[in-house]
Order: sequence, then C-alpha cells, then structure tokens
Amino acid sequence: MTEHHQHHIKLPEGSIEKQTTTLNVGPTHPATHGVFQNIMELDGEQIVSTEQTVGYIHRAFEKLAERRPLYQITTITDRLNYCSSPLNNMGWHLTCEKLLGVQTPKRVDYLRIIIMELSRISDHLICNSIMGVDTGAYTGFMYIMQYRELIYEIYEEICGSRLTTNIGRIGGFERNFTNTAFTKLEKFLKEYPAALRELENLFTRNRIFMERTIGTGPISAERALNYGFTGPNLRAAGVDYDVRVHSPYSSYEDFDFKVPVGKTGDSYDRFLVRNEEMWQSLSILNQAYKKVQEFKGAEAEVFHADVPEYYLPVKEDVYTKMESLIWHFKIVMGEIDMPKGEVYHSIEAGNGELGFYLVSDGGRTPFRLHFRRPSFIYYQAYPELVVGGMLSDAIVVMSSLNLIAGELDA
Amino acid sequence: MVLTQEHIQQRLTEKFGDLVSNFESPYGMLSFEAPKDQNLKVLQFLFDEADLNFQFMTDLTAVNYPDKPGRELAVVYHLHNLRDNVRIRFTVYSDINTPDVFTASKLFSAANWMERETYDFFGVNFVGHENLKRILNVDEMDYFPLRKEYPLEERTRIDKDDQMFGRG
Repeated sequence: MTEHHQHHIKLPEGSIEKQTTTLNVGPTHPATHGVFQNIMELDGEQIVSTEQTVGYIHRAFEKLAERRPLYQITTITDRLNYCSSPLNNMGWHLTCEKLLGVQTPKRVDYLRIIIMELSRISDHLICNSIMGVDTGAYTGFMYIMQYRELIYEIYEEICGSRLTTNIGRIGGFERNFTNTAFTKLEKFLKEYPAALRELENLFTRNRIFMERTIGTGPISAERALNYGFTGPNLRAAGVDYDVRVHSPYSSYEDFDFKVPVGKTGDSYDRFLVRNEEMWQSLSILNQAYKKVQEFKGAEAEVFHADVPEYYLPVKEDVYTKMESLIWHFKIVMGEIDMPKGEVYHSIEAGNGELGFYLVSDGGRTPFRLHFRRPSFIYYQAYPELVVGGMLSDAIVVMSSLNLIAGELDA
Repeated sequence: MVLTQEHIQQRLTEKFGDLVSNFESPYGMLSFEAPKDQNLKVLQFLFDEADLNFQFMTDLTAVNYPDKPGRELAVVYHLHNLRDNVRIRFTVYSDINTPDVFTASKLFSAANWMERETYDFFGVNFVGHENLKRILNVDEMDYFPLRKEYPLEERTRIDKDDQMFGRG
C-alpha cells in the first residue's frame, strides 16, 4: 500500500507528488481523546508509517506503591483507567485478598459484581458513543451521558465520590448499600435498556457509521493474540477469552452470561462487541440484584468479611468501640505486616485483562507492584492497524480501541 | 487431557535438565527459573510444543532485589496457555552490572513495549531488541528509577525511615 501506485505519469524526482508529509497528531489534539502523540508519515491522506509517543501523563505509580500500605494504593488504581475506576479498585482489593488469604462473603461478592458491571457499562458507553462523535454523530454521545450520570450517582451513594471512586476496602465495602442506592440502581436498570437500544439504533445500521468503521483497523485473531490483546478488542477478532469465565473471581461462576465475539477485528466489530457486552452486563446486574435481595435479616447487613486485621473499621465504630479503635490504629500506623509471597491476580476490566503482580517481602508496603495495563499492551499494535489506511480512519481506530491515557502511562 | 503443573515440570526437566529449577506453586501458579542465557530457548520450547502451547504473553516485568548478590535483577514472564487455561510464571535472574537478557520480542509482539518499559525502569538490556529506548520516562533521564537504590522520598528527609514500612 505504501507504493505510489496512483501515479501513472512519470514524475521527476523531488516533485511534490513524490513527497510524503510528516504530520504531528497530538500530544493534545482535539480528535484524540487523551494525551497521545503520533508522528505520521502521510502520502496524501494515506498513512505510510506512524510512531506513537507515550508517557505524557506518567505518574510513577509503581514507585509510589512501594511506599504505601495496601489500602493507600487503592487511590492509585483509580487513576489507571479513570472511565471505570471501580473495576480497578475491585481488582486491587481482590489481589490483596488473594495475598492475605481473605475469604469474602457471597453478599459482598454480589455487591462487588453490581459495582463492576455498572462500571463496565459506563466504560463501554463512553467508548461507543465517542466512536459516534468521531464519525460525525455527536447526538448519541450527549444523549447517553445522562445515563452515565445515573451510574455515577450510584457510586456517589455508595462511596461518596464519582470519578476517582476509591470504592470498597480490603474485605468488602466501607458501608452497606443504602436503600437509596438500590432505588437508584432500579431506576438505572429500568431506564437504561431503552436508551441503549436507541444508541444502538443510531449506529449499528447507520450507513455513514458502517462505511467509516467496517474494514478499518482490522486485526486477525493470531496477530491479536501475539500482540497480547485482551478484552473487547481481542474478542472482536474472534477469540472468546474473558477473565470472568476463564479465571472466575468474586463469584462470577454463579452468573449466566454470554461472551460476545466478532469476526474481523475491525472497528465495527469492536463497537458491536462492546455494545453486546453492555447487554450482558445488564443481564448480570439484574441477576446480581436479585441475588442480593434474597439475603434477609442479619445476612442483609453483611457488607464486609470478618477480617479485623486488614479491614479498616467503619468510622462510627472507631469513635464508639474500643476494639475498632485498636484495629484502626493498628492498620493505619502499619503494625500489621503482610505475608511474604508473589501473587498475580487479574480481572476483566473495561479494556481487558487488568493484572496486578504483587511481590511482598513481608513489609507493610509492597516490595514491588506491577500493573498489567491492557491499553499499554495493545496500543503497540496501532501502526499495524492503521498503516495503509486513511488518516481520518486512524482517528476512529484509536477511539475504537478505547485507549485511556491514564492506564497507558500509569 | 488436562494440562497439569506436574506435566509441565516434567516436560521442562526432560528438555533442560538441571537448568530449570526452583519449581514452586505460590498461590496456585507454577513458577520456576532458568539461567538468563536460556530464556529464549525455554520460551520457544513452551511456545512450540503442542502439549504446552504457552503462546500468550500476559506480562513481562522486572524486580530489583538489592540483597541478592549476582541476582539483583529478576525478569519475570507471565505466560498463559489459553487453550487449557493454565498460567505459569518464569523468572530469569541477572546481575546488575551486566543486565543483558535476550529479547522475547521476536516471539511475542507484545513483548516489544513491555521490554522497553522494563529497560526504562530497571535498565535491563534486552539483547536483540530493535528499538530499545525509553518509553514512559523522558529520553534525557540518566538513571533507572525503579531500582531500589533510588529512594522515592527526598534524601534530606529523616522522618520517614524504613522502619515505618516494616523493614530495617
């Protein structure tokens, strides 16, 4: 594709038609959602080569984590994929629990699944509606935003914050879900399907959208696997790998859901996979909410595991109960050392397998913590996806990969 | 047939003999180590053999152990057999003065940036890598920040010693 095959007339060397243009896309370009730089070599509108520069918002999370006790690292994980912070938080808590050997009660698992699936929806709906924006349909994005707002209100009700949530603790949640939280969840479950159906109708059979996305940025299953793709981008290429199914955590094995797969691995398939995943998430949410409602009486009050040495006690108890005060003091002052060991735990985050590799030497902080960030790993395939295509398609491909700068740069 | 950890261990020992060692299974994941000059042979063997089939590189990173002389840098590979759904962890150790390890980027395209990141933070020199330059830090940086010799806190601070973090 890189030859100048469109020229039939013999042109003298050095003539303008024979030259390629270097274009600097980014670091802050309105068409790239986040801080991404690409130095592209263009022949007319066609991309001859491109080189990505990453690291503009690198914040040394892995180094910071080496000086923080486990519960202080949750706030760092918020800032990885900030479109779905609760997923990262839960992934981190689950990693700690694996290291510390904490068993969580079923109700906690189901509450976590509610949070994780809401978070997955909020992640996918941004990605899919942004793809609309990049192909010229702004309305869907503006419209669907109010439903993300409903999700954020649920987070707010549970943990007090919206974007960087710091939700939950090692062993469970900071407080039980209030009735308001469940009412808000019900409202979301009732209203969102219609909105999602409308968003879907706006795009899936839309002529402009289809022509812009079908066949752009395709990748074969084999290449995708070799590049370490995970999540919706891998599934769009036809591989049904989903951490929730392959290595179930937080009682995902109790739920019944499908893993949607695509065929060609192009932008359109990535859109369709994410779209179908939102339907599956809704189904999981309904199942989880039903399961949570089945807990009655004292069981319905369970919102954390009984592990006082790791679970930060509820604040009111710290002020009123001697024992809670002692545990609070012990945890905050760092009197409890972790067991030694190496642990790898991964969850299915918005972009794929989010892994935590934690090495503990028995201190109060990790000896080494490494985040396996899916965005970082699949962004290296970007040149292979876009070279030979049009510049305008490269922008859509980038949105369809759902690159999140925070996760990319860590 | 289910791919068991015993089978993987047996196949590796048959092929590499005493070179592969320290088989353990912390938190259910088979982990082992090999000399650093064998890393590509082991990875290739795990990749090619039909019954092992470790063709997915989940993660590649390094750990700095300043207290292990001659083994200060550990390069850790997490591999996944997606067909049988088995994960393994493979470690090679290197001394910090000659941190040369062969690149796995020819075998796994995914390793390309992960090796650049590992180089960027630990200074592991991946021999044969086509584009081994810094990736997240600025190009002008002249040290490897995740090595333990670079403290996070400002050196003039005396109020935060290692005792506060359960060490020392």
